[in-house]
Amino acid sequence: MYRYTDFDAAFVAERNAQFRAQVERRIDGSLTEDEFKPLRLMNGLYLQLHAYMLRVAVPYGTLNSTQMRQLAYIADTWDKGYGHFTTRQNIQFNWPKLRDVPDMLDALAEVQMHAIQTSGNTIRNVTADHFAGAAADEIADPRPVAELIRQWSTDHPEFQFLPRKFKIAVTGSPNDRAVTKAHDIGLRMVRNDAGDPGFEVIVGGGLGRTPMIGKVVRDFLPEADLLPYLEAVVSVWNLLGRRDNKYKSRIKITVHEHGLDDIRARVEERFALLKPAFTGVDQQLLASMKADFAPPAFTDRDTGPFDLAYANDPLFRSWADTNLSAHRAPGYAIAQISLKAHGATPGDATSDQMRLMADLAERYGHDELRVSHEQNIVLPHVHKADLPAIHAALKDAGLATANIGKISDIIACPGMDYCALATARSIPIAQEIATRFDQLKLEHEIGDLKIKISGCINACGHHHVGHIGILGLDRAGVENYQITLGGDHTETAAIGQRTGPGFAADEIVPAIERIVDTYLSERTSAEERFIDTFARVGMTPFKTALYGEADKRAKAA
Amino acid sequence: MTVLINDTGFLTEDPTRWIDPEARIDLASDTDPAHLRSMLIGKELVRIAFPSFADGRGFTLARLIRQQGYKGWLRAQGHVIADQYAMVRRSGFDDVEIDDTLAQRQPEDQWLARADWQAHDYQTRLRGIAA
Repeated sequence: MYRYTDFDAAFVAERNAQFRAQVERRIDGSLTEDEFKPLRLMNGLYLQLHAYMLRVAVPYGTLNSTQMRQLAYIADTWDKGYGHFTTRQNIQFNWPKLRDVPDMLDALAEVQMHAIQTSGNTIRNVTADHFAGAAADEIADPRPVAELIRQWSTDHPEFQFLPRKFKIAVTGSPNDRAVTKAHDIGLRMVRNDAGDPGFEVIVGGGLGRTPMIGKVVRDFLPEADLLPYLEAVVSVWNLLGRRDNKYKSRIKITVHEHGLDDIRARVEERFALLKPAFTGVDQQLLASMKADFAPPAFTDRDTGPFDLAYANDPLFRSWADTNLSAHRAPGYAIAQISLKAHGATPGDATSDQMRLMADLAERYGHDELRVSHEQNIVLPHVHKADLPAIHAALKDAGLATANIGKISDIIACPGMDYCALATARSIPIAQEIATRFDQLKLEHEIGDLKIKISGCINACGHHHVGHIGILGLDRAGVENYQITLGGDHTETAAIGQRTGPGFAADEIVPAIERIVDTYLSERTSAEERFIDTFARVGMTPFKTALYGEADKRAKAA
Repeated sequence: MTVLINDTGFLTEDPTRWIDPEARIDLASDTDPAHLRSMLIGKELVRIAFPSFADGRGFTLARLIRQQGYKGWLRAQGHVIADQYAMVRRSGFDDVEIDDTLAQRQPEDQWLARADWQAHDYQTRLRGIAA
């Protein structure tokens, strides 16, 4: 894992001192509320519906046990004893007091963490494949590159007051687990015909009220050109992006309005101009970052304990079948800890649960944890022989839910329970769906199915790319939920299609049930996933199931 | 009235007072970058407007002008707050011009607190030379 250099540590300390002074200067009137707002946002501090919210960066989703324990300490000391892991691999504390925030930031700095640029019109925390460095299908570990981007984007003097937020994701695997096509810039690590490492650069993806799948602006960018090229893209957009309407200011709209070829030409011209400002020192730093992310020392042990538990313990078998993924090292697995217990708030973890996960990572997992964009925690490097003990400990803490990738592994935004922008509740809908399908005992028969729920058009719950997407809206003071089908968040990214009129809060769970029943009766076999069945049979049978004979009447209304 | 600010604090004299009026130009924050080169021929003082501190286009314009080889005086003028001083200097500006009201609200010590803009700069570290 990356360790802060003296430079990083001094930077964060200075930044925290500046923020402490900014809070004081807000109170004494030196800063107006308008001026203070972007300054607090670029330090991770939101004002939500009921209280402030502090969003802490977990760069590329990687944590060690000491850091996870400190998050638990912060939750206990300054919040309500829990935290919420987000779709951008961060953690949010929902109840901090303004005067405590500088102390919280200092507590983060003690374990080499910060909340810088987790909000505001800045380049946000860079995300990466949560299986980085462990996945069997990986070409290269994206985290050194993500760390390089973190450093380049941090306090970048040109890019602290952008037209809008700017999100970058990196994947080192052809199987995209970082949703690169729904980011302002997505980077796919590739090799060219000569075998040289580089990137496919995708630009202009995004969800929100105008969902767009990103487009390839450069099919091969040599590794050494990364920072100047990123700088060229953001620099072009900073001048060209619209500032008259915040709903049209993201780069996806700029690309849409000017056309990809025009943007590409501007970026290449800018790139040629600014490239000489990079002397190549960044590549030396990248080389040392790669060394920081060297794989742990894997051991060769008997997997007997795993095989025994797998054969004899049905609960363990179910968990192993659902929550484990292929690791590149023999005898190892990637284990996902579900933060989606049926009926719980997706992504929430108590301080006790955080400490337990930290202990397991330290004892069995080479001291590494990951936050996934699907709001679960990952133990990326565990030996199979240790999995029965890990599972037993998780079970005692309510963390052994066997539902990764299943219908109850729902991404949900905080919705109207926390968020000032929300137009409907998300969390209770997720809880009801999870509870219902748990009662039906259908979850494992249904197989892979991604439900994603957003409580407003801004789409923080990624509903556009859910196999089943649910969007909560406000229709004349009443919550109304629109459904989309066929969304895809992977390398074959697609925006879901609307089924038709929305459903009231008490109709949405039965509607989801009808969709799932339709899938189960339409699929050719248990191997055909929901998304594949939808691709084959199209919208019609689902529409009929949802609206029946009433379909025509509903359309007319 | 306005106040000029550089690394030494609030200035009592304008260091550019000797520059001819014809060699001065004011640029709006929405200036088309395609026209910059021709607009700056023969200029020795360029003032870039910050109509709002949240309008970050001036930082990119300054960078662009420097990267295109402009060696004259570059001034950020308008609503720039003390918290942005290091960003202004790192983007290639020489100094800042703000109005008296803002200068009273954010007095000299708040600007001097940000005067050491060379410290803690990731860009210098990543580029190997001053950006």
